[in-house]
Amino acid sequence: MNIPVEKLLDLYTMLSRIRRVELKIEELYHLDEMKTPIHSSLGEEAVSVGVCSNLQKEDYIFSNHRSHGHYLAKGGNLKAMIAELYCKETGCSRGRGGSMHLIDTSVGHMGSSSIVGGSIPHAVGAALASVMQNKNLVAVSFFGDAASEQGVFFESMSWAALRKLPVVFICENNFYSVCSHLTARQPNIDIYKRPRAFDIPSELVDGMNLAEVCEKAQKAIEHARSGQGPYFLECRVQRWRGHAGSGDPNKEKYRKPEDLDETNVRDPLKEFKEILFAGGVTESDLTQIDQKLDAEIQDAFECAQNDPLPNPEDLEKHLFC
Amino acid sequence: MPWTKLQIEREEPAFDDPDGHVGRKISYGEALHEALDQALERDPSVYAMGQGVDDPGGMFGSTLDLHKKYGGQRVFDAPLSEESTVGMAIGSAMAGMRPVSIHNRPDFLMMAADQIINHAAKWSYMFAGQVPIPLVIRACIGRGWGSAAQHSQSLYSLFVHVPGLKVVVPSTAYDAKGLLITSIADNNPVIFIEQRWLYNHQGYVPEEIYSVPFGESVVKREGKDVTILAVSHMVIESLRAAEQLAEKGIDVEVIDPRTLAPFDEQTLLRSVEKTGHLVVADLDWKTAGFAAEVLARVAEKGFSYLKKPPVRVALPDIPTPSSYVLENAFYPGVDDIVQAVEELCQGKLSETLGEEFE
Repeated sequence: MNIPVEKLLDLYTMLSRIRRVELKIEELYHLDEMKTPIHSSLGEEAVSVGVCSNLQKEDYIFSNHRSHGHYLAKGGNLKAMIAELYCKETGCSRGRGGSMHLIDTSVGHMGSSSIVGGSIPHAVGAALASVMQNKNLVAVSFFGDAASEQGVFFESMSWAALRKLPVVFICENNFYSVCSHLTARQPNIDIYKRPRAFDIPSELVDGMNLAEVCEKAQKAIEHARSGQGPYFLECRVQRWRGHAGSGDPNKEKYRKPEDLDETNVRDPLKEFKEILFAGGVTESDLTQIDQKLDAEIQDAFECAQNDPLPNPEDLEKHLFC
Repeated sequence: MPWTKLQIEREEPAFDDPDGHVGRKISYGEALHEALDQALERDPSVYAMGQGVDDPGGMFGSTLDLHKKYGGQRVFDAPLSEESTVGMAIGSAMAGMRPVSIHNRPDFLMMAADQIINHAAKWSYMFAGQVPIPLVIRACIGRGWGSAAQHSQSLYSLFVHVPGLKVVVPSTAYDAKGLLITSIADNNPVIFIEQRWLYNHQGYVPEEIYSVPFGESVVKREGKDVTILAVSHMVIESLRAAEQLAEKGIDVEVIDPRTLAPFDEQTLLRSVEKTGHLVVADLDWKTAGFAAEVLARVAEKGFSYLKKPPVRVALPDIPTPSSYVLENAFYPGVDDIVQAVEELCQGKLSETLGEEFE
């Protein structure tokens, strides 16, 4: 595909940023200072980056419990995110939401839900609002394979198709719901074929391949923005870690043998680097980017560690707007 | 004609005819229609959707022909997908709209419980007030015609239990209009529970747009012997009971809280301080229902005012039966309220009777 080098570097920067943030969180999680259940995006970063790189700042995204990648890719404030993980008043949700409830309204991220499938209709609603307000904005719904088992998944597609709304459904299929494999939960694994029953165009995407996600997301988003209605992408990914927390301590007890075979594990960052190198980018170009990212991330963690905690006297604040 | 049809269309005493009334006399249903019409006219971010809102019945007349006036983009039919409908309303509210999601019956809101309880009610707190959810969910409690157990539940107590929701239960045409306007104007999710038998009740309603504040009850009738706190249609039943009791020399005070969340405790406590007796007339089940909450609050904050244990006139803890014989036995009404009050006032009654014998 023909992506200009500058855009390639932007994509790399975001991909590497999410990777480095997640690794840093994991590195420090055992200290028990981030008292919030984390759901790592490691291995799945390319989907967030590929989709969000095609969105405008005002476009909406709706996210789930595995929310870090979506938030960062849409341009969410890093310091506010890390402060939220540290339960601080300076956090993006003022310490009321935690890792599963990130928000940055300044970039169209209206708050993520930890009820599986819960935010899918929100994207449909934001798309409806965009039409009513003549804003020409697109709403993206990120959800996992298990969300496609919820009734609201089908209902939301039905609404979006009925009113031809500018919503793009992004299913990140990592094949595991906590420890339950897809084949134990669904009669067949072709999630991307289901929207076709609603006349919603859909595609299967290699979610480990950033260039492919980028290309297909661009097409999907243009389709929605041009008034042709919803679009659906099933992005197949690998969840490197367990459902929650750091590492995957029980993997031998629940993973399929083929998923335990290290030679089958793919790395979206490594694969994308090959494209960059083929385009003339050098290792030292990337090292420079990474050093800047590390400094920014280090700063975000230090700030978060030193920021003030919420005041218990404010316990009842914010119940209503 | 089914017997309950007659019940709905019966003439009620003119409880809403105070001196110095303003406006014309219109029905509760017409008042709801007028409120929605004026809200749609006033603010382009208001829209209304729900199953049948644009059908020939128009939600018992309360949305009739509004789709013709405002177009199918702002008043439109909905699939039987309550969860996604409310979820979509929430998403649109996040993006600056003011949705009114209309549902025939509170029973049907159970399919949307995840969106109402886990999402709408949580968004302000969970995100520290950054994204308002100005959402109104309307539903109308059914009764009669053998509606049975799944078309007759009030369920408002469930929503009162959940922090982050406001719960509104208008009993008059005036309040129906003013409270619907306030609900639409509010920046938070509001559960607006109507009652089908109230739809034909007439009352004086100003033509212009106006709002009725949340958390302010109305003393519908002043009295010194017993306080009746009545919810929704029970306000009418209580006022009828009050007239019968007056003939027996018992002076009843009737309070309509109008909103259950927020709840106006002060008016109730002042009244109980005066009367020393409390009856709560509720449209919900007795166990862990709204009436139980009212009793708990009075026990906590006004225990010393009570001369006798307070009484709940509420639904028995069983599902609504279908046969009209059982239905009749199931629903408490005027007679139950009269009986409850008489039992509280036994001493006073024998005094009165004694005087008569002298």
